[in-house]
Amino acid sequence: MHKVRVIPVLLLRDFGLEKSIRFTDAKYVGCPINAARVFNGHNVDELILLDIIATKEGRGPQTEVVREIADESVMPFTVGGGIRSVDGMWELLKAGADRVIINTAAIENPDLVSRGAERFGNQCMVVSIDVRQRKDGGYEVYTHAGTRATGLDPVDVAVHMEEMGAGEIFLTSIDLDGTMDGYDVVLTRRVADALTIPLIACGGAGSVQHLAEAVYDGHASAVAAGAFFLFYGRRRTVLITYPKDEDLIQHFKPEHIRPKDPETFIDIKAARL
Amino acid sequence: MIAVVNYGIGNLDSVVRALRNCDAEATITSDPEQVERADGIVLPGVGFFSKAMDHLRESGLLDVLNHRVLDARTPVLGICLGFQMFSRFSEEGDVDGLGWIDAETKRFRFDGMDPTPKVPHLGWNDLDHVRESPLFEGIHRDACFYFAHSYYVSCNDESAVLTRTEYGHDFVSSVQHDNIFGTQFHPEKSHANGVQVIGNFVRCTRHA
Repeated sequence: MHKVRVIPVLLLRDFGLEKSIRFTDAKYVGCPINAARVFNGHNVDELILLDIIATKEGRGPQTEVVREIADESVMPFTVGGGIRSVDGMWELLKAGADRVIINTAAIENPDLVSRGAERFGNQCMVVSIDVRQRKDGGYEVYTHAGTRATGLDPVDVAVHMEEMGAGEIFLTSIDLDGTMDGYDVVLTRRVADALTIPLIACGGAGSVQHLAEAVYDGHASAVAAGAFFLFYGRRRTVLITYPKDEDLIQHFKPEHIRPKDPETFIDIKAARL
Repeated sequence: MIAVVNYGIGNLDSVVRALRNCDAEATITSDPEQVERADGIVLPGVGFFSKAMDHLRESGLLDVLNHRVLDARTPVLGICLGFQMFSRFSEEGDVDGLGWIDAETKRFRFDGMDPTPKVPHLGWNDLDHVRESPLFEGIHRDACFYFAHSYYVSCNDESAVLTRTEYGHDFVSSVQHDNIFGTQFHPEKSHANGVQVIGNFVRCTRHA
């Protein structure tokens, strides 16, 4: 039986990790290599690494960081940020990424998605769509790390990306990013139901209950979160956590949960970044 | 030495790393001479079927692969696309494969199903073990593995099937036909259970 993926998202700025709230107020949270090592030790279903300043700096993600993380892990690893060419994708795959995430370049130049899918297969191509809710209640797609409005509707963009060869959509609510108030279930469902490819919901997770809502009410195939896995307690102390099977069982159908290898020992001291 | 065959696409390093973690000597290569000398061969996982077959043909690897696998009976492990390439034919590009097992590679089609499973099949799934194999020695029956594929192998010869997995319908998730091993999942991405499967294959190359 197919399991729901629960995916930590790490945001990379230079050689450090940050976590934002609504794409601003970024806080330094630690070293990406250590964080990836700890998540690998937690047997995570997949890890996503996004270089959040790559597009602004006109370059692709830091391949050295990708390589170092891949060297130490045996987990599915997806990388994005500033990818603008098929060669750029190839560099990341060679460095150890399994899949690539494209955001701004896919929306500006959808043909890039097709060319990537023709070479690497569509299971390799993830298109990230960042969305803000408008005052009138409608939704609008933003690019360039949430700084540029496009006037486009997220459902239209997602369906177009599927047609161009995307294998999965990574959908983020900018309004809920880092708030830990829960996913935008309405947005998630609207986009997921329009697609035949899977969708990863992101933005707002603060509890296992939220993860389950995105799947059962939002129809997401997978759920991603940043702050929920990086911060502990009301004061948002940096501490890496990942839900245990017992926690997931309270909210998920048992057949949707992947049993983690029980022998893995997690050193809680190492889990502090 | 285990030859990890490079067909110009896909994440080869993670396979090599996994093999080295199992104390195997592993080399990424598209050199027919190196493949000829190998104790084991791995066809890794990511890419587009017809492009990968073109690459094998152009680099002169087809003859040496056929010879090593079919005549010399060198253990070979195909992962995901590498496994699909064992089949006679694939719908991904409508081209012939290596034809080492009596099977075809087909696209998942779930039209009319409610709810419709999403394609590609991405993520973790468990295995229904049909018969015993050294490939799964020490693997718990509940163990899950990581899948990332839109196409699956449909076997005409059921005797090769080791495990089946449920996604919309049953499909073949691993095979063994003598020295030929194939997994639709990615053991190199499947945490401790995946490392165990890779280690089991490495042991097969030593006993061969």
